[in-house]
Amino acid sequence: MVKLEETPLPGVGVRYDFDGRFGKRVGVITHRDGRREIFVSRRDDPDACAQSIVLSDEEAEAVADLLGGSTITRHVSKLTQDIEGLAMDWVNVPGTSPYAGHPLGDTMMRTRTGASIVAVMRDGQAIPAPGPEFPLLAGDTVVVVGTPGGVVRAAKLLSGED
Amino acid sequence: MPLAQLFLELGAVVLALAFVGRAAGRLGITPIPLYLLAGIGLGAFMHLGDAPEEFIHIGAEIGAVLLLFALGLEYTSQELRDNLQANRQVGVLDLGLNFTPGLLAGFLLGFPPLAAVLLGGVTYLSSSGIASKILGDLGRLGNRETPVILAVCVLEDVAMAAYLPVVAALLIGGTLAAIGVNLLVALAAFAVAFFLALRYGYVLSGLVNAQSNEALLLSVFGLVLVVAGAADLLKVSAAIGAFLVGIALSGEVADRARHLIEPLRDLFAAVFFVFFGLQLNLGSVPGVLLPALLLTVITSATKFFTGWWGAAQAGVQTRGRYRAGTTLIPRGEFSILIAGLGLGLAPTLGPLAAVYVLLTAILGPVLARFDAQLAPLFDRRLREMRAG
Repeated sequence: MVKLEETPLPGVGVRYDFDGRFGKRVGVITHRDGRREIFVSRRDDPDACAQSIVLSDEEAEAVADLLGGSTITRHVSKLTQDIEGLAMDWVNVPGTSPYAGHPLGDTMMRTRTGASIVAVMRDGQAIPAPGPEFPLLAGDTVVVVGTPGGVVRAAKLLSGED
Repeated sequence: MPLAQLFLELGAVVLALAFVGRAAGRLGITPIPLYLLAGIGLGAFMHLGDAPEEFIHIGAEIGAVLLLFALGLEYTSQELRDNLQANRQVGVLDLGLNFTPGLLAGFLLGFPPLAAVLLGGVTYLSSSGIASKILGDLGRLGNRETPVILAVCVLEDVAMAAYLPVVAALLIGGTLAAIGVNLLVALAAFAVAFFLALRYGYVLSGLVNAQSNEALLLSVFGLVLVVAGAADLLKVSAAIGAFLVGIALSGEVADRARHLIEPLRDLFAAVFFVFFGLQLNLGSVPGVLLPALLLTVITSATKFFTGWWGAAQAGVQTRGRYRAGTTLIPRGEFSILIAGLGLGLAPTLGPLAAVYVLLTAILGPVLARFDAQLAPLFDRRLREMRAG
């Protein structure tokens, strides 16, 4: 675990920093106006910044994403590689879907496609292992696991193309 | 054509300031000393008409009020409380080391006691404006010594909030009893306002909060002026009233108000410095040069030690301690503000403060740049002292 230090900077914001494993101090200052500043310490002067980069709100988000904000996605894609022949996908339930407003069981997903619905994402929350009586709503995102072909068929089924 | 004259002269002054500000940006220093110089030059070589002069005078008053309002906005009451608790020691050291030289110098120069107290304030207050500019411009916000520098600035600002009303009450003068009453009223008004600001600031924030930026700007600016005026009626300094409004505003309102008020503050603060320079009598400068130089040397050393010691307490190494010390050396806006209060008390106080601010504001940032070259010298000295 990284030992993160939090220091208030009155009138500026908050500084978070830690002593990195490779001999430098690394930190982020969250300015009160929303800007983020990344800095690393100098090797010859551990108290001073060698370099600092000021980022806007959006840029900070992008960098966070690059640095590992997407760990979950990466984890999942690794999983599909690890288990040959198994695919996993997020499928949107559009308003035009014949199953919007119907219980999950109505889709007869497993019988028709061989793929299973393992979770439903609704309003940013995951509902794991929903039962057949679980009502599907337009705007839901469904997590489907199965063979690659089965997952594609499942997506078609849910969108009403089938 | 009085209007034409007013606009032409004011415009010329503001354009001159713009030019000076850009030059300061090029040189990487703050424009405050240059604004002062511009004011001095204006007073010496040009004669402004009555109307522009009047405007600059009023603008300067607004500038002082806005400077303190913006200062109050900078800090949330929580930050002030935490800082008071965490950094008492360095705050007390700072006050003792840097107020005393000014006070003593005032007595040595034969100032009346109150003017000496004002000179103490002039040497005590580091310029938080210059310090934060150095920190931001040189990319030093992430440095380990930076919280110490900021903490010292915050504590000075708090001390100033108590110091100003007291001085303002003393300035009105009168019999001993009258001074006592004035002092009591000032302190009571200040304490009540401070308490209300800390306790019920959110109510005010809610009242002022408006959807449109325009409405918010007008409510904030109007409120600041009204409170400053009321504070002035109560013989508490107008600027202090504005400071308290700044502290009382919090959260989202404070963030938005800070953005909105910034250009206004910059404009009027520049006018404030020009006005101070304008009032200076150039002939009195040679007479104060030597005391100003001496005071600069002594109080730069004491300020340096304050920063050095504070940074050392925070576990910072030599170079960081050096930087903390040098960053605190410049005195600026508030030293000028304090000196401005006592212009009538001692004729040399104004010129002395102006020259002193000029010297420290140049010396500090210059020294701060050479930490890589100069800090090792301190290191060697320290080692020699330990060995010897």
